[in-house]
This record gives sequence, C-alpha cells and structure tokens, in this order.
Amino acid sequence: MRAEAVKFDNQMMEDPATKEKTGAKMLMECFLREGVDVVFGYPGGAVIPIYDALYEAPIHHIISRHEQGAIHAADGYARATGRVGVCIGTSGPGATNLVTGITNAFMDSIPLVVITGQVPTSLIGTDAFQEADITGITMPITKHNYLVQNVNDIPRIMKEAFYIARSGRPGPVVIDIPKDISYATGAFHYPDSIHLPSYQPTVEPNASQVSKVAMAISEAKKPIILAGGGVLSASAEHELLLFAEKLQIPVTTTLMGLGGFPAAHPLWLGMPGMHGTVTANRAIQNSDLLISLGARFDDRVTGNIERFAPNAKIVHIDIDPAELGKIINTQYPLVSDIKYALQKLIKMVKPTDTMGWVGQVLHWKKEKPLTFKDTNQQIKPQYVIQQISKITKGKAIISTDVGQHQMWAAQFYHFEKTRSMLTSGGLGTMGFGLPAAIGAQIGKPDQTVILISGDGSIQMNIQELATIAEQQLPIKIVILNNSFLGMVRQWQEIFHDKRYSSTPMKGPDFVKLADAYSILGLRATTKEMVRETLEKGFNHSGPVIMEFIVEKEENVLPFVPPGASLDEMIEEGQE
Amino acid sequence: MKHTLSIIVNNQAGVLTRIAGLFNRRGFNIDSITVGRTEEQGLSRMTIVVQGDQRLVEQVKKQLHKQIDVHKVMDITNEPMVARELIMIKVKASPTTLQEITNLIEPFRAAVIDVAHSTITIQATGNEEKLNAIIELLRPYGIKDLVRTGFAAIQRG
Repeated sequence: MRAEAVKFDNQMMEDPATKEKTGAKMLMECFLREGVDVVFGYPGGAVIPIYDALYEAPIHHIISRHEQGAIHAADGYARATGRVGVCIGTSGPGATNLVTGITNAFMDSIPLVVITGQVPTSLIGTDAFQEADITGITMPITKHNYLVQNVNDIPRIMKEAFYIARSGRPGPVVIDIPKDISYATGAFHYPDSIHLPSYQPTVEPNASQVSKVAMAISEAKKPIILAGGGVLSASAEHELLLFAEKLQIPVTTTLMGLGGFPAAHPLWLGMPGMHGTVTANRAIQNSDLLISLGARFDDRVTGNIERFAPNAKIVHIDIDPAELGKIINTQYPLVSDIKYALQKLIKMVKPTDTMGWVGQVLHWKKEKPLTFKDTNQQIKPQYVIQQISKITKGKAIISTDVGQHQMWAAQFYHFEKTRSMLTSGGLGTMGFGLPAAIGAQIGKPDQTVILISGDGSIQMNIQELATIAEQQLPIKIVILNNSFLGMVRQWQEIFHDKRYSSTPMKGPDFVKLADAYSILGLRATTKEMVRETLEKGFNHSGPVIMEFIVEKEENVLPFVPPGASLDEMIEEGQE
Repeated sequence: MKHTLSIIVNNQAGVLTRIAGLFNRRGFNIDSITVGRTEEQGLSRMTIVVQGDQRLVEQVKKQLHKQIDVHKVMDITNEPMVARELIMIKVKASPTTLQEITNLIEPFRAAVIDVAHSTITIQATGNEEKLNAIIELLRPYGIKDLVRTGFAAIQRG
C-alpha cells in the first residue's frame, strides 16, 4: 500500500505544479504527501466529490457502519501506530456523529485529522438540509478547526492540520469543506514550510530549569516516577527505561501510560489511582519526590488532591504548559517533550542511593499483589484476563471499552509493549473498543489485536461487526458478560444500598449474533472452559467472538472511593 | 481581584467565539471584553477584564495561549497602563432640568450627544471610578438607558 502511494505521489509530482485540480483531488494529493494510506469514513451527500476522488486514489478507505465507528477506528489506528489517524464524514448528522469520537481523541491527546463535508457555501447559515455548524460545535473539543472558504486554501490548511495534530501535545483537527469547494478547481501548490507564528510548541527544555530538576532528583531519597500518555506520544519509552534503571527509581504508569514501561520490569509498580495497586498508591503517598512525565493528575489518579503525595515535592514535565500547575502545585515545572527532557536528565542526574526505598517498595509489591477470590465453578472476569495475558505473553494489542472490564484489563493484563493498550482514558467512552480494535488491526495487520469488552459496552457500537466481517479482520473479541452495567452496579452496591437502578441488562445471544455476521462465536460458562475457549479463539484465523458468562456481582478492587485519599483504599477481602 | 488581559489574536471569523467559549467552558467569568483591529494587518487586540485569583488567571492565560489563533497574552493588571471605557447614558430631562444636567457633567468632560423632547443622551469616557461617579450623579434624574463599551487598555510608555 505504501509503495503504491509513493508511486502515485511521484506521478502527481511530475505534473506541472500549476495544473488545475478540484478541491477533492487536492485533498487526495495532500493525504499522499502526508503519507496517509488509509482513511476511515462514511460517505454522504456533501462528501460525494471527495469520495469520487477517493475512488481512484491509492488510499485504502475503510467504510464503517456508523460515523462514530469510523472515528474511533481512526483513533485506534493512531494509538496503535503512532501516526495521524484520518476520518471522513458528511455534513449534518455525519459530522455530529463524529463529536464523541473527536472529544475522545481530544481528551487523550490523540492526533487525528477529521474531514467533514459541509453544505455548499451559498447555503451556509440557511438551515439547509443536513447543515450543522460543525466548526462551532467542535471548537471546544479540537486542538484547532477550519472552515475552508476558498479552494486554494486546501493545501495550506491540510499541511497545517497534520502538523498541528501531531506536534506539541497531539490532538484532533477538524477541516470542514463545503461541497462547492470540493468541486471547485484551483492551482495546487503544496507549501514547503509551515507559517504559524502563533503556534510554536516548546520541545527542548529550558537548560537552567533542567539543572534544578536534576538537582532535586539527586537529592531525593524516595523518588517515584508517574509516567503517563505523554511518554508514548513522545516515543520516550526507551529513555524512560534508561532513566529509571540508571537512577533506580520505581515507576507507576497511568492508564494512558500502560505499556510505556514493561510490566515484567522489577521497578514497575502497576497503575496508580482509584483502581490502582496498593504498591503504586503507597509509594506515591510515601515518596519525597514525584516525577510526573506526561501525566496530568487526573482525578482518577490522584484521589483527594489535598492529600495526594503529602510528603513529596513535584517535578512536572509536560509539553503542554497549561498542565503545569493546573491541578497541583509544582515545585519543579518543566515544559518539554518528554524524550528531550529525559535525554538531558539521564546525562545530568547523579545517581543517589535509593536502595532502601526500592527495597521497601518491592516488599510492598510482594506483600500486596493484585488478587481476586477465585472459584472453581464460576468464571471470574479477572481470571479470563490473566489467561489472555499468559497466552499472549503480554504482547498483544489490547483494545477495551469502558467499565469494570476495562479496569480488570488494566490490572491483570501485563502490558510488555508500548502502544498496546488502546483505551478511552479521559472521556471514558463506552463503544470505543470495537472500532478502535478495527483501526489497530488495519494499522498493525501482523499483530494479534484483542478486544476486551463487556456486555454493555459492546452493544454501543456493535454494528461495526459488519466492518470486521467485511474487511476479514482477525480480531479476537472477548465479552465478559455479567448481565449488568458492572461499574455503575458496583457504585450502586457500595454507595446506594444495592438499588440496581437500570443496570441489569439483557443482551442478545452473542454466539448467534457472531454467526449472523459469519464470525466464529464461542461461549464459555464454566471455569474449565475458559482456557480451551481462548485457545480455540486465538488459533482461529479469522475474527471471533468469545463470550464468557462471568460472576455477576464481582467488584473491581482495590477501590479508592471518590474524594478519599490514595491511602484509603478498599482492598480485596475488606468489602 | 480584577485582571486586565491584553490579547493579540488573528483577525479571523470565529476567533471571538473561540476565546469567549474558552472562558465559558473553563468557568472563567468575563467582566468585559472589547475587540478591535491593531496597527498590524490581520491582527486584532482583545482587552478582557476577568475576575479571579492569581492561579485562575495563570490558567486562563495558558489556556488562551494554547489557541492556535492567539499570538500573545499579557496580564497588564500590575503594569503601568491606561484603561478607558466609553459610556452613553440616556437620562430623563425636562426644560427645567436640562441646564442643570449639562452643568453637572461639565467637570467630567462628558458631552451631550443627543437631545429629544423628554431625554438627553450623554457620552463620557474614562476609568471605572469616574464613570461610576457620573452614573451615580445622573441616577436621581432617571436613567432610561445605559450602554458601556467595556474597557480598552494600553500599556504606558
């Protein structure tokens, strides 16, 4: 696909630069110049000219069954590959159906370029058929957006959009293109450089600030690293490993940071926060220096912020200056790309003696591993995930939906590889997992992609099973079926006296449903069936749905209740 | 505490919405906002007065700065600066009170810009203190309408 794209690109480059092109054809050429070989989308009236240009372009278009599916797929593609995800939707409902997906990418800093069709320029503002003010709607949920008003602006806008989406703190960019502009013709000039004086992200850290941070780290006795999604977006996994090993500092990774540091590493403490490990939370509460790398002190990580890391000074390294001091006072703020910052710090910091501290933390890790009460009859959801982790050796790409299964996946799957946990962290979007798995499998055709979902979440974008079947994507779908919206049920159990208001839920027969899509369907109802079901499913060459009928009222533990501090965890056996 | 922010932005459709929307969704309350072109082609200056403590204003500034259309954000509250607002006040006036009102506003260098048979309209510019003083002086006569532009501010020197 890439080679073909380059060939097409070269062909186009040979054309005289001034050759007239339609807006839609310009768009294709811009895609090729940005290295785009796959786009996700759904056609409609206002994007017919764009789809007409796609018809002959060497770009693989994946048609979803709902625009939300297309944009989450683009998002999953971006997360798994590190490239910019591209999505196309039509005007009006096509564009508004993208809104959740755009917000999802915005919250998790995922680079997307989203093309929406718009009604023709002459009809804008008249409440025309399928008109929606999508630039107005997406202003608060995009890094930037554009309404194209002149066909000649398309190359510049596209170049800027890709640059804005992937540079600095990544995020989604929307480009709204009225239909007449897609049809209009103009001379194609792809700019060589980008002129955006008002957008100059700081990549390299300030030298004197780096020395202060280095000094603080050298003086720390009980340091801990809190690594977030920023480590992945900066591709700083290797630097993180060197840094932690050289200085012997334990590492906890947030939900977005999972996979950024290998789970098998002795210095890894697991995830912190509401459903984090006892070790990670204790280590944070007892540390004297917390080094945050591309994390944003989300409330699910910190618990009660007033009592978060009470003895620690905070080093906060982030590429987005607005994150520094937003939630927590920082003694050592450092605006920088994480990779550059770590490269400098690895050279400058003098290792100190953290042996006693590391020994203490490792003792907690041994004493308080994540556990659950296993049984011999019923299937425990955690057990299923443990088995998946063992079978794949922690090396598959895991996509999740949102809820209990998501937290169990974060806890019991041992992520050894970066960009292998695709999950909706900030927005918490149910229905993200299935389309995200599609995007990941398209971007990483040779890797095993597993969706871990629940019976609630899977039904939120279940129409995308048709996309999987059509594209013959060998995605392994695991449904942990407890016939409940489990996470809400858990909160109702703990805070609302088991008044299960609208959380019991009856799903379809997932095995029959799989069959309807010509997908292999398997079901396990007892513990002894788990292993064989997984092995059968994983050995199947095509897509498969594996449904596990799990314990209905299992809780995700440990659990830091909202408003409590990280040392006030409800642990297994203390319910 | 009130902060006066001076912001240079691209003079483009939608930029005002972008900035105002940002204040709204981050829960920052705008006291007043003025916008106008600058001496440089393609750029506008916004003067925004916002209520809040230092930490909130820091966050406002950083969030503004993240906008691709924002070139520069300056908190000029504690800088030497001149801030001016223009107000227009429509006051009830009869032939007997007309002269009295005209005399009253003279020390403020305010001007009568319209006279109708039962009202007069007065224009005044100045800082907040002065404008509040005029308004209070005129209130007893019966203010029918009051229009304020919001503050525009410029650094001294």
